Amino acid sequence: MKTGVVIFPGSNCDHDVYHVLKHVLRQDVCFLWHQDTSLGDTELVVLPGGFSYGDYLRGGSLAALSPLMEAVRRHAEAGGLVLGICNGFQVLLETGLLPGAMRRNQNLRFICQDVHLRVERDDLPFTRGYRRGQVLRMPIAHAEGNYEDSEANLDALEAAGQVVFRYVSPEGALDKAWNPNGSARAIAGITNQEGNVLGMMPHPERSCEVILGGTDGLALFASAIGVAGELLEAAR
Amino acid sequence: MKATVTVYPRREILDPQGKAIRDALDRIGFEGVEAVRVGKSFEIDLAESDPEAARQALDAMCKKLLANPVVEDYEIDTGATP
Repeated sequence: MKTGVVIFPGSNCDHDVYHVLKHVLRQDVCFLWHQDTSLGDTELVVLPGGFSYGDYLRGGSLAALSPLMEAVRRHAEAGGLVLGICNGFQVLLETGLLPGAMRRNQNLRFICQDVHLRVERDDLPFTRGYRRGQVLRMPIAHAEGNYEDSEANLDALEAAGQVVFRYVSPEGALDKAWNPNGSARAIAGITNQEGNVLGMMPHPERSCEVILGGTDGLALFASAIGVAGELLEAAR
Repeated sequence: MKATVTVYPRREILDPQGKAIRDALDRIGFEGVEAVRVGKSFEIDLAESDPEAARQALDAMCKKLLANPVVEDYEIDTGATP
């Protein structure tokens, strides 16, 4: 599959994602520059983590207005796959491709640690490699990951099954003590109604190799690009 | 003309920064501070001289970029009484 990783000024997880797609999963991958106006023949677009535009104004707000994001919007509206990780998730929220907004973490700190995620949907392009209720471990690294929306919108999000990942205990239970940033409904990742756009604060690209401490993120990329089981096994 | 736009977290939403500052004020002896909200202020120089046209343009700027309506409110001050 043709994959592309977007670079905004201030992106800093772009090479991590590129490495996973190219060297771990052996896909065709290119970098996409924020000033470009076309995605070329890219089928999966990844908006990586980082501090696009220095987080000026609000995280992701200026990146959301870059020329490339118009192309990303068209790609998403045509059913193309879009994955936003961390700052990339914030960009998707600011673009309006996903609902809601991020606030500062409840404890006002930048949090960099492993978290446990419960998979709430296993029928999406990005989550077919997981099973519902499965608990994943991967890191977060952010200061603004405290997901917020009105109660009515949160109810609608839940009703439509758009919550994909929640922060949970290692056993998979909802527990405030295991919600690192204060996110409403312990939300760590959401999708759009069509299921082709996924935004998540945790970093699956940092959990794709044993040497980095875990491989729970690998199935997410593998699901999206439809990697054969053997290659996935070999990568693990 | 000069205009000032103030953007701040919506009242019904907990502002973690504001709460931390309120607690700090309390700690250093300023009693009776019930709530603090931390926002941003933008001083904007406009070529437009008509206050109503300026206000409309600023309102569009707030909706499109300066504020995130999901979590923030804004106020526009063009120095003229509306």
